[in-house]
Amino acid sequence: MLGFVARRFVTALVSVLLASVVVFSALLAVPGDPAAVILGINATPEARAVLSRKLGLDVPPVERYVRWLGGALRGDLGESINYQRPVSALIRDRLRVSVPLAVGAALLACLLAVPLGVFAALKRGTLWDPLLVAASQLGAAVPSFWLGLIFILYFAVQLKWLPAGGFTPFEQDPGAWARSLLLPVLALGLGQAAVMTRMTRAAMLEVLSQDFVRTARAKGVATRGVVLKHALRNAMVTIVTILGLSLTNVFIGSIVIEQVFALPGLGRLAITAIGTRDFPLLQGEVLVYASTIVALGFLVDVSYGLLDPRIRYG
Amino acid sequence: MVAHAASPRALRRLNLYLGSFLVGVLLLAALVSFVWLPHDPQAMDFGVQLARPSASHPFGADHFGRDLLSRVLVGARSTLYVGFIAVGLAFSVGSLLGALAGYAGGLLDEVVMRLVDVAYAFPAILMALLLAAVYQPGTLTAMVAIGIATVPIFARIARAGVLSLKEREFVEAGRALGMRHGRVLFRHVLPNALGPLIVQASLSLAVAVLAEAALSFLGLGTPPDVPSWGNMLKEAQGFMTLSPYPALVPGLAIVWTVLGFSLLGDALRDLWDPRA
Repeated sequence: MLGFVARRFVTALVSVLLASVVVFSALLAVPGDPAAVILGINATPEARAVLSRKLGLDVPPVERYVRWLGGALRGDLGESINYQRPVSALIRDRLRVSVPLAVGAALLACLLAVPLGVFAALKRGTLWDPLLVAASQLGAAVPSFWLGLIFILYFAVQLKWLPAGGFTPFEQDPGAWARSLLLPVLALGLGQAAVMTRMTRAAMLEVLSQDFVRTARAKGVATRGVVLKHALRNAMVTIVTILGLSLTNVFIGSIVIEQVFALPGLGRLAITAIGTRDFPLLQGEVLVYASTIVALGFLVDVSYGLLDPRIRYG
Repeated sequence: MVAHAASPRALRRLNLYLGSFLVGVLLLAALVSFVWLPHDPQAMDFGVQLARPSASHPFGADHFGRDLLSRVLVGARSTLYVGFIAVGLAFSVGSLLGALAGYAGGLLDEVVMRLVDVAYAFPAILMALLLAAVYQPGTLTAMVAIGIATVPIFARIARAGVLSLKEREFVEAGRALGMRHGRVLFRHVLPNALGPLIVQASLSLAVAVLAEAALSFLGLGTPPDVPSWGNMLKEAQGFMTLSPYPALVPGLAIVWTVLGFSLLGDALRDLWDPRA
């Protein structure tokens, strides 16, 4: 098992390294002088020279990359031009919004999708199955940000139950914190639940059609036992993948949802960084997003190995 | 008590019919919009600002009094344009890379698959953020971002198809007859691996439409002066309390399109591989 984890870890590390090259090279691809692009046409040559030095543009690219990567490994992603603060501190602040949003949405999606997917698979041949499949197909086609707009219209504007946007920190008022995140979590999680329901159903159907399930049934194990003890445990490998995928999807999807609900999270920070051409901030953010996606993939693979010995020894 | 449902085959046929219908209507609407539109999609008419649906404006009007039906029709063009080019790009590049990697094996396979792994770390929105920072955000950056983010899935599918085909007798026969590798791969192996790739193209179109709408909504896609569904939603956001139609109409158009392409993709998969 340790060998398997180590191998996967090295692959993930290589992916993160290559991703960092992609993120870093983006600044190199900026047409013209990045300092001039950031400061605009009215900047004095002195101001440009100062910013150039600050961005490290006076150093050869390879050396600059090594410095940047070294800093990133120590948690130092440079300083934001617009905010005049360390990028890593800005990101840490914004994670307090984006992490609960993504985790809440992924949890909601799992709590809905796993039971519904299992139910649909068990009810194959009845009307329930096609109904659930149709509902999940429709749900997967609804863009989360549009659903968010509809929720605002109905729950915030018409019924006035929940706030239409904005964020209250947890320390300030836990109740208001939960209320400010409820609609965004629902908007983000429901679509994901639809996608996951179909995947769970397919995984369950595949397991239910296998010989050991038939054997268990033939031995007289009750349906409940067959489902919980035999089928679900075997379908877990696929379900864990789905969970990892959905965490990635909601993490990326939160970029748009934060814009809809005016939540001060990582996504909004990135959009602002584009508007102000804050390259160090944007590079830091994209690197964090990409590394998180790679890390989630790694965790999924490791849990695979834990759940299914055939994978780690295969 | 739940009645027994229709046979799976009938349901599959329903997928095919419904998917083809949705996609067909969409393509027709986009084509018709080139020759006929009920109104000029950019013409402002302050007499009908945020008007409800009526005979002259069947879907209502937006905050500038622009006809929503005309705008949603022109928006179909923008969305399909970005979607088709992005997926076309991903299809060609991804299939070629995957097929070469699978056929050649060894170091090439290793390098291509590592690159594919890295591309997985950059979903369309992330790629678009990066491209938008470097170049001005617009249709081209959105298209390229969606395209790059879609390459890995095609590469994986093509590689898997080629891997399973290259050991087959007809490939060995081709080689034994003295055919060159390029000819074997492109004339004999790849055409046989096309099925799953075409299925994926339909499914990817659904994802691309969602991504294009999200990018335009964020201001990273189609420029604001060109009607696109994402742009329309972005503009509607500020006026939702006054009229829901400017937000409802483009949203429903997106649902229609995504549903159409994903149903069609599912139906094609069933046709190709009835076991799935």
